[in-house]
Amino acid sequence: MDHHLPVLVVVTALVGAPLCILVRQPRVVWGLFTAITWSIAAMAVTLLLQVLSEGPVRYALGGWPPPLGIELRVDVLGGFVLTIVSGMAAVVAPYSLRSVEQEVDAARVHQFYAVLLLALTGLLGLTATGDIFNAFVFLEISSLATYVLVSLGRDRRALVSAFRYLVMGTVGGTFFLIGIGFLYVQTGTLNMLDLAAILPQWIDTRTSAVAFAFLTVGLSLKLALFPLHLWLPGAYSYAPSVVSAFLAATATKVAAYLMLRVFFTVFGQAVAFGELPVAATLPAVGLFGALAMSLVAVFQTNLKRLLAYSSIAQIGYIVTAASLGTQAGLTAGIGHLFNHAMMKGALFLAVGCIAYRIGSVRLEEIRGLGRRMPWTAAAIFVGGASLVGMPLTAGFISKWHLVSAILAEGQWGLVALILTSSLLAVAYVWRIVGFLYLRDAPSGAAPVREAPLSMLAPTWALVLANVWFGLDTRGSLGVATQAALGLLGGQP
Amino acid sequence: MTDHVVLRVIGKLLIPFILAYGLYVQAHGDFGPGGGFQAGVIVAAGLILYGLIHGVAATQRVVPPRLVEALAAVGVLIYAGVGVVTLVLGGNFLGYGALDHSPSHGQHTGVFLVELGVGVAVASVMLAIFYAFASRKPIASGGGRR
Amino acid sequence: MSILAHYNDWAVIVLMMAGLYIVISTRSFLKKVVGLNLFQTSVIIFYISMANVTGAAAPIVTEPVDAADYANPLPHVLMLTAIVVGVATTAVGLGILVRIHEAYGTVEEDEIVRHDFDS
Repeated sequence: MDHHLPVLVVVTALVGAPLCILVRQPRVVWGLFTAITWSIAAMAVTLLLQVLSEGPVRYALGGWPPPLGIELRVDVLGGFVLTIVSGMAAVVAPYSLRSVEQEVDAARVHQFYAVLLLALTGLLGLTATGDIFNAFVFLEISSLATYVLVSLGRDRRALVSAFRYLVMGTVGGTFFLIGIGFLYVQTGTLNMLDLAAILPQWIDTRTSAVAFAFLTVGLSLKLALFPLHLWLPGAYSYAPSVVSAFLAATATKVAAYLMLRVFFTVFGQAVAFGELPVAATLPAVGLFGALAMSLVAVFQTNLKRLLAYSSIAQIGYIVTAASLGTQAGLTAGIGHLFNHAMMKGALFLAVGCIAYRIGSVRLEEIRGLGRRMPWTAAAIFVGGASLVGMPLTAGFISKWHLVSAILAEGQWGLVALILTSSLLAVAYVWRIVGFLYLRDAPSGAAPVREAPLSMLAPTWALVLANVWFGLDTRGSLGVATQAALGLLGGQP
Repeated sequence: MTDHVVLRVIGKLLIPFILAYGLYVQAHGDFGPGGGFQAGVIVAAGLILYGLIHGVAATQRVVPPRLVEALAAVGVLIYAGVGVVTLVLGGNFLGYGALDHSPSHGQHTGVFLVELGVGVAVASVMLAIFYAFASRKPIASGGGRR
Repeated sequence: MSILAHYNDWAVIVLMMAGLYIVISTRSFLKKVVGLNLFQTSVIIFYISMANVTGAAAPIVTEPVDAADYANPLPHVLMLTAIVVGVATTAVGLGILVRIHEAYGTVEEDEIVRHDFDS
């Protein structure tokens, strides 16, 4: 069955969703969800190891050979992103039992898990596919599921945020579709490798340039690149805790993955960075966004919203690194994709623990929680340190490689922007830590117990991963280097 | 709307034919324009017409919401299940050729089953959307809750 | 090649810009959904008109013939999928709007912002 792994990863999640609907009993559905996510994670890791040792895997759906049929194609980068997404789902699964019971109406729990599995299906399928229209379909599957998940938050503002997300996400998806249309007019194919082979001879045409512009803008909307980020803070702040953590760690990452695919696989490095002005525009846009969003984050009073703005800033770093067009930059970008998934996953899960116990994530409400919920507060402290880029954490590794990749290009101005934005990160993380440890609890506050173990354990698993990958980078940057080589070498 | 005799009579005349036409489009998809998606929408349209004439409650007696939800899941399961069966039989995912002794027979069976799954899923999802909107309690517009 | 020869492209551009303009400019959430629909429809016309082959017939082949005599069926199939995506988006969007209306009593952005997002 080994050569079926690319499709099994996606289909297992797809089969899981209707099973959840049929089963209905909340606890049983949760068990099913956990079993499915864990088996998908195991398959994704197996697939990654297989790709690392034997090279990219191609799979013809329905036995129709590409470019006529739709093919799935997993290279090192694909396997890496599949592992991130399915791993995050697996970590979130044990956490979700208590959190979802509290935040979602009991009659809707089975639907919640079904929609979560559909979102997972979309994200995994989008990563595994080698066909650009198929990628659009999976992108919309995951986005539609995400709108629904966000709208399930308890606050009524979740509805408005979900609707704004829907409007901007649909515009982004449709832009992507228009871009695909122009590519198809020009080349007559939708297979990514086939496109890569045919496009270079037509690259001087205006059609190709327009296609590239539409694809880039559409994906920028989906990954919330500043200044197209307006949907993200609301969506992350008001969604249920589990959804915030899962989305922050995966959804925008997968959109970034698709952007890398378009830049490096479909158009190719020579075209995207030779003929088209990617390297001249995107790094500056990304870093300016990182700076602006870090500044906004400093003034937030809601913990989740603060982390959401910080996410937009981090997305700016990823796009900057990847759009330098060098191997060092690409490695730093892919590495940060992984590291950021872990830090934001850990932080959002820890914030979810707070929400579970005190029902609010406003900064005034968490005063003095460091003594009353020591494990949760410590998780936020370590996660925050990683976000800032303290040595011995994964965040430091990311920043280090990002800065050295930019220095190699001699762009001193950009380095200054990164350092400023990192200082701002220190400011907002310090603000959280100050509220947690240095202020006294509000007088007359109800006694608070530590979060349950089923929620603390996944949080701390991610926190420890942050430390682990700050010390041993073979699993993160080692794979990222190979993924970057695979993208740049244009190997099939 | 139950006192509109014309609507009720015409509805009773039309709805069986709409449903039968849906089944025809479903089964005929192999030979001409048609298939599960169109068939599902037609069948759902017939049931929604019934709902418009006799009210949502009456429709939900014929097709309960729980059944609709389950059928939507079953439709997706049929689709994915065919794919998994082809995997087990040694083909690729959705490689219908593995379903029968000769590939062309296999294609025929495979497409028929997949379209059946699509038809069931589309019809029940369309109906579920109708239920979701129609069974909400209307709120007087303008003032609203302040 | 006169400008009028590209009438299909003009239709696409006008519809696309009208849809996008509605999405951006209107303050009513309901009208935003309508705008999105218009925007998506323009893309469908864009694909379908690209599939046309001058003087060709509908792609229903009854006997083996030259492929150049028939329109390209692939964009039609792609658009079937895009229509499904569009329908799903509209359904989810309207579903959320119904709940917004239940929670706020309005679907006008200005009033909702006044209720909740001022602080």
